[in-house]
Amino acid sequence: MRVVDTARRGEVTIRDLSKSFTLNGRRLDVLRGIDLDIHGGEAIAIVGPSGCGKTTLLRVLAGLEEPDRGDVLIDGAPVHGIGNQRAVIFQEPRLLPWLTVTQNVAFGLEVRGTPAAQAADRARHYIRLVGLAGFEEAFPRQLSGGMAQRVGIARALTVQPEILLLDEPLGALDAMTKLTMQEELARIWREEGVTMILVTHDLEEAIFLADRVLVMSKDSTTPTRLIELDLPRPRDRSTPGFVALRRRLMAEFGLH
Amino acid sequence: MTLQMLDSPALATPPSRAFLARAGQGARKAAARYGLLLGFLILWQVGSTQGWLNATVFPPLHLIFAALWDGLASGALIDDIAISLQRSGLAFAAAVGLGIPLGLFMGQIRAVEQALDPILQFFRQTSALALYPVFILLLGLGEASKVFVIFWATLFPILLATIGGVKEVDRKLIEMARTYGAPRRTVFLRVVLPASIPSVFVGLRLSATTALLLLIAAEMIGANRGLGFQVMNAQYNFQIPLMFAAIFLLALLGLAANFTLVTLQRRLCRWAEAT
Repeated sequence: MRVVDTARRGEVTIRDLSKSFTLNGRRLDVLRGIDLDIHGGEAIAIVGPSGCGKTTLLRVLAGLEEPDRGDVLIDGAPVHGIGNQRAVIFQEPRLLPWLTVTQNVAFGLEVRGTPAAQAADRARHYIRLVGLAGFEEAFPRQLSGGMAQRVGIARALTVQPEILLLDEPLGALDAMTKLTMQEELARIWREEGVTMILVTHDLEEAIFLADRVLVMSKDSTTPTRLIELDLPRPRDRSTPGFVALRRRLMAEFGLH
Repeated sequence: MTLQMLDSPALATPPSRAFLARAGQGARKAAARYGLLLGFLILWQVGSTQGWLNATVFPPLHLIFAALWDGLASGALIDDIAISLQRSGLAFAAAVGLGIPLGLFMGQIRAVEQALDPILQFFRQTSALALYPVFILLLGLGEASKVFVIFWATLFPILLATIGGVKEVDRKLIEMARTYGAPRRTVFLRVVLPASIPSVFVGLRLSATTALLLLIAAEMIGANRGLGFQVMNAQYNFQIPLMFAAIFLLALLGLAANFTLVTLQRRLCRWAEAT
């Protein structure tokens, strides 16, 4: 285990990051020289229209894609590929249907070499944290969508990452479940003190959870913008500050 | 299940009545499931004894069971069962032993799968029975050619089902495992392998049926022992009850094989049934 300066834990620096794909013979510049500094323990939301590259950016940060140019530094050190400091929560829970809830949550730890009994112990702690106590021995197909997503979140937390990468984690849930889960995520982020990088297409979710919002755009003429959310926590959707920010963010997208 | 338990006033009724109710329910279930089969057997028996059916071609059931009993008691049919089980068992085991590992390997490596797929499709479409004379030329009329023709026919369903199972594993689950730093071996053992099991079992059940089919055909062509031989031989000698007894045993063998595989699948894939 490398000794990490606690003040810098979970710090992400993105330098001149570019990535393009070739689609039907046409070059598509998805990421164009992105620079961003994310502090340790910060919650940042990435929003933008479909096809703006927000998911690609997250996949590069996760190490699932290699950038064409530029660097990703975590706690000051450049990273390539997948690493133990990061855990990803996907839009789908991506649970292994043949494992129970406990076994699924312990999966990440076991893969990283933790003995099974110890992994299961830690898994049970995080199952309680996400509010699934009593469902330890259930199989994924016995769970509702929201419960399954909680299992996915618990699995990511169990490996105790410095950085949590969330790719539209609540996008597939119904409106009611989504609201509850947003509050759960805010609580978990506060309790765990992780850096949270959240891709979402829900502006309200971005304002509810993030310290700053990165607004990405599809066309190359508009640069990416960073919006500071100076709102007290816990956040309340009905306060004038919240409403004003939502209006401002919607204006960014030409919505009124 | 839970709802039924809540609805039935189990606590209010005395135990004896509850028992009777349960027994009645069990009988109804059995009647719904096996009633038609029972009706068919009764019709056969009555039809044969009353002369509605030609009793020489369809002898009454009690004669068939008497022939079966005689055969089993004298040990003649036991011998046939043993040799038939040995032939199909050896061939099936060899097909499983080669087909599953090869399928797991081929399903993972695209280049290998693509290179081998045309030849596999070609072999699969070539009827094993049509190739039986070739196998006889190569291996003689003894046990080897019989086992080999069954092996040949059972290999392809297992192989193709395993390849299909591996190829259809959800890429998203593999990606998930990779984000936790799982090396290839771990991804294979913990994601690809368990995800392919249901598909492998489809192949196994198909192969078990094919194994029995080819067994009978091979034994009819060039054997002097075995259940398939017994069916043919009894017909030549006009021992029709014995012929039906051998057919009955073959059906039983098929049912037993299927039952074993289904039970094994249930045990291995408990997760797929939980609701």
